[in-house]
Parts: sequence; structure tokens; C-alpha cells
Amino acid sequence: MTTFFASFRIALRALMVNKMRSGLTMLGIIIGVGAVIAMIAVGSGAKKRIADQIASMGSNILIVLSGSSTSGGLRHGTGTVPTLTVDDSKAILSEIPGVRLVAPSISGVAQVIYGNQNWSTIVYGTTPELLEIREWSLYSGRLFTQQDLDGANKVCLLGKTVVENLFGGIDPIGQTLRIKKVPFTVIGVLNPKGQSTFGTDQDDTIFVPLTTAQRRLFGQQFPGMVRVITVQVREFEGMKTVEEQITELLRQRHRIPPGQENDFTVRNFTEVATSAEESARVMSLLLGAIASISLIVGGIGIMNIMLVSVTERTREIGIRIAVGAKSKDILLQFLVESLLLSLVGGTVGIGTGMAGTFILSHFTQWPVLFSIEAIGLAFLFAGSVGVFFGFYPARKASLLNPIEALRYE
Amino acid sequence: MVDIKMEPLIQVRDLVKVYHLGEVEVEALRGISLSIEKGEFVAIMGASGSGKSTFMNILGFLDQPTRGEYLLEGRSGANLSRDELAEIRNQKIGFVFQGFNLLSRTSALENVQLPLIYAGVPSKKRKEMAEQALFAVGLQERAHHHPGQLSGGEQQRVAIARALVNRPSILLADEPTGNLDSKTSEEIMMIFQRLNRETGITIIMITHERDIAAYGKRKILFRDGRIVEDSLS
Repeated sequence: MTTFFASFRIALRALMVNKMRSGLTMLGIIIGVGAVIAMIAVGSGAKKRIADQIASMGSNILIVLSGSSTSGGLRHGTGTVPTLTVDDSKAILSEIPGVRLVAPSISGVAQVIYGNQNWSTIVYGTTPELLEIREWSLYSGRLFTQQDLDGANKVCLLGKTVVENLFGGIDPIGQTLRIKKVPFTVIGVLNPKGQSTFGTDQDDTIFVPLTTAQRRLFGQQFPGMVRVITVQVREFEGMKTVEEQITELLRQRHRIPPGQENDFTVRNFTEVATSAEESARVMSLLLGAIASISLIVGGIGIMNIMLVSVTERTREIGIRIAVGAKSKDILLQFLVESLLLSLVGGTVGIGTGMAGTFILSHFTQWPVLFSIEAIGLAFLFAGSVGVFFGFYPARKASLLNPIEALRYE
Repeated sequence: MVDIKMEPLIQVRDLVKVYHLGEVEVEALRGISLSIEKGEFVAIMGASGSGKSTFMNILGFLDQPTRGEYLLEGRSGANLSRDELAEIRNQKIGFVFQGFNLLSRTSALENVQLPLIYAGVPSKKRKEMAEQALFAVGLQERAHHHPGQLSGGEQQRVAIARALVNRPSILLADEPTGNLDSKTSEEIMMIFQRLNRETGITIIMITHERDIAAYGKRKILFRDGRIVEDSLS
């Protein structure tokens, strides 16, 4: 222990003598460790954002969109003409065992009026299952009941943005607002959910019972039809199978002959979200490449400087060996020196990396996430580089012949 | 007191050292035999190339003989490892060199502590012992000066303090006055004589100057790897 502390002080002094040289030697390690920090921060930030988004959307979701029907040679876009029915939705639930929940819905933009306030928002006609699938909870009030659905009651649930824009400070529960001039009673307010993967405000919305929407708001031209069926699959692994089964079932039900295109589209939204991870992953890989290259280059720099240092201090090593330094004492002295170089470089690199990552995330809006583990890992990397590349010069020093070393000019 | 025959401190028998310089073999020592008792002050003289430095390196366990036997306190270094030899140097031998060989960026006090660091002495004790050693050479007031701030004579005194600090059995001095003027040389020799007299430390000193050799009690002359003269002065 005595020799370790002594080695530490000797090393510190040796490095302080050549401040410029030590600083330049550390540069490779600083860049390398900085890149490690940035890589992990960007990677884990992206992972967290995607996980959050998937969680806010609900997990294991397939969305069946109506549309792409051909009428008189004219092809309509997805979702423009409802081709799905409530019965399709019931069939999906009852005939495909991998399906946990289904929620048929129609939607449209509508002007909403309360008192002297008005607001344009998206109104969904759906069943309470949609909220369950999307793991969307009530802030206050109550959900729709089967009675509301059966009786096409004029009741609605409001998202937070709608509440803020129409009601200000008033408690909306029990109030009556008008959607497309039809009066609706507010029975519940939903908890805020924030932005979706695509940047839209998920809270700027109103939910009404499906039947009410069909009869009073949007569905008049296509009675009994829905535009979207949201499906929750029981297990993530089964999503592909369920997707195929739904396609097959609906083609059968819609009597689409083989070779003809579907009049609906099945989308896997988890996949969409996951693809956003790709760009972050590429960036992480790039930073990882920079990190490993500069750590290696930095390590070689340390080795180079340590070899120079050993040569410069041959006489000093000779003196030390003559007065009784054992091989391990000399080895330790130079190892501590290169370790100190790399760890100081590592510490500066952690600071630089964090600062750089903040700037990067500020300009690119990428989410970043720092963790103690990442910092520990970067520090460990730096230390290993110091020991690995410092070992050869240190060993060379420890095996010097004292007589020749003392004679060295 | 039981009358036992005292073992000599140093016993050397038929010491031969051969260097291989490429194809050529150079016999630096061609059969040296001598013994040195505890408390002697020996001056070794000889022209350069006479083998005195090689002999000194072997005495200091810095080098191994090709043939023959060298015992320090009855112990041979022949089959010892590099680290075991380092330990013997650390415990038994103090070196004083012609070029002082101090560490330039460290204070006198820290230079003197160097052997104690490798002996594993705790830092407080180390400092005490180093201060004592500096006191013994009259340099206690310069403890915190760096070698660059000291005169040649003072630097050599720091080196002597370093050689003494671990209380070795022998002090090996290789041309200790080679870089000093005559007045400073005399001061250094006075210190050697005083240490030899007061502490009983055995001193073996290489020099090529007759008047320096005259400070020793015994004079050994080397020529071509052999001892040609061994006399008490």
C-alpha cells in the first residue's frame, strides 16, 4: 500500500511536469470516452421514447382500416369509404382465438360548441374497449355503458385539450355541449396522454358511443359501417399470425375472390414505432465506431508516450532498481502513470461527452438518457485502455538492467 | 564472550567476470580473492579498464560473477532472483555514485526516502529516518531543496544520506569525488571518515586519485582484472 501511494504521487508529478504532452496524450481517450457516453445516452434515450410511445398507444395493437374499395373503376383511398362493419369486428373477436379485444370506430372532424366557446376536434364514435386497448384511463366521471351504446345516448368523454379549450376552469361533467349542433352531455374526462409517435396531440379528442356517432354525426350515408377496427392481440409473438387470420377472415366475409385486392388494410403499429428506433440505432453504431477507434488510437498514444517516458527516465529507473525497487515496484509505477493518464482523460471525456450530448439533443430534439451505469462503463473502458496499453512500456521499464540504466545519458 | 572466529563481512574467492562483446570475450576480472572485515574503509584504485567498476557492481549485487564466489555476511547472491537481489541491495548496501544520481524533480528529503519506500517503511517513519540521515551529513536545513538548487557537494551529501538511510552494512562509493573540486572532495572524505569512525559502517570506495585514496585505511590496486597491491595505509 505504501508503494502504491508513493507510485501515485510519483506518477502525478511526472505527468504534471509535461502538462502539454499529458494533455495531448489524453485527447484520444477524451474523445473516445465522450463518444461512449454520447452513444449510450442517445441509444437509451431513443429506446425509452419508443417504449413510452408504445405504452401510450397500447401494446400489441393491429389496426384494420377500411377502404381501397373499387367502385365503378374508381379506387378510393384507405379509410375514405367504410367497408367494415360492426359484425366484422364481432367476427374477429369471436373467430380468432389470439384476439383479446376489438373496438370498432368511426371518426371525423367536427365543430364543438360550449356556451360562447367553440373548438374543432376529432370525434370518435366507438366502444369502451378502445379506451381499454389504449390503456387510457378516466380522470373523472364515468365511461359509456352498454345502455349508452344500445340507446345511442347523446353522451361524451372529453380529452384534456378539449376541456382546456372549451371549459376553462369549469368542471365539464354534467355540462351539455354541441357537436355538429347535436347536444351531448359530458359524462367523463380522460387523463392526459401527450403526443403520439407522429406528433399529434392525442388529448385533442372527444369520444361518443359508436351508435350515436353512426346515427347522429358521421354515419348517415353508410349505416352500420365503421372505418376502423382496433384489435388487441393477446401476445406479441402472435401478432403476425393474427394479422394473417384477420386478412383471411375479412376477405371471406367480404367475398373477395382470389387475385383481387383487399378492401381493407391491416396495420401493425408496434412495427411502425419500432422503425423509429432504427435511426437512433444507426447513430448509436456510428458513435460506437468513433468511440472504439478513438479509444484504440488514444491507447496507442498512451503507449507511445509511456515508451518515450521510460526511455527518458532510464537513469531514474536505474537509480530506483539500485536502491532496491523490485520489478513489480517499477511496473506498478508506470502502470499507475498510464492509468492516471487514461482515467483523467476518461473523466474529462465523461464531462465532454455529456456536454456534447446535451448540445446534440438540443439541436436534433433527440431524447437522451444518462445513467450511472453508462458513466461507470465509460470510466471502466478508459481504465482498461490505460492498463492494456501501459503494460508493455511498464514491463519494459521493470526489466531494465540497472548497470546499463545507470550509465544511460 | 565466547571466542568464535568472526566471519569476514565480505569474502571473495577466485572471482572471474567475462563479458561477451559480440564474438570477442573480454575478461574484466581474472581471479580476485580478498576479504573485508566489518568497519574497514577500503579505497580501490586502478586505471580505467582495470576491472574495479565491474568488481564494484558485483559487490553491490548489481551484477553476477561468471565464476568464483562472493559472500556478503556469509550469503551468496549466486542463485537469487532479480527481486531477491533488489532486497539485499535495499537492506545491506548503500550506493554513492560519481554523478550523484538524485531524482531531479524531488526534494532532498524525498530522495533520501527512496530506499525506504521500497523497504515498505510507513511514510511517517520514513520522513523521520530521512531527516536523521540528512542531519548526519549536515544537510537538515536543505531538506526541501531540489537537487537543482543544491551545489555539487550538497548533492553528493544528499546521495550519502540516501545510501545511509536504511542502515546498510556497506557503503559502496564509485568515484564519489569525481565531479567535485578538491575542497568539496575533502569535505566528502571527512564525512566518510567520520561515518566510518562513529557508526562503524564499512566503506568501499573506488577512486583514481591518490590523495582521495589516502583517506581510506586500506588500499587495493587493480590492474588488468587482478589485484596487484593490497596494503594498509
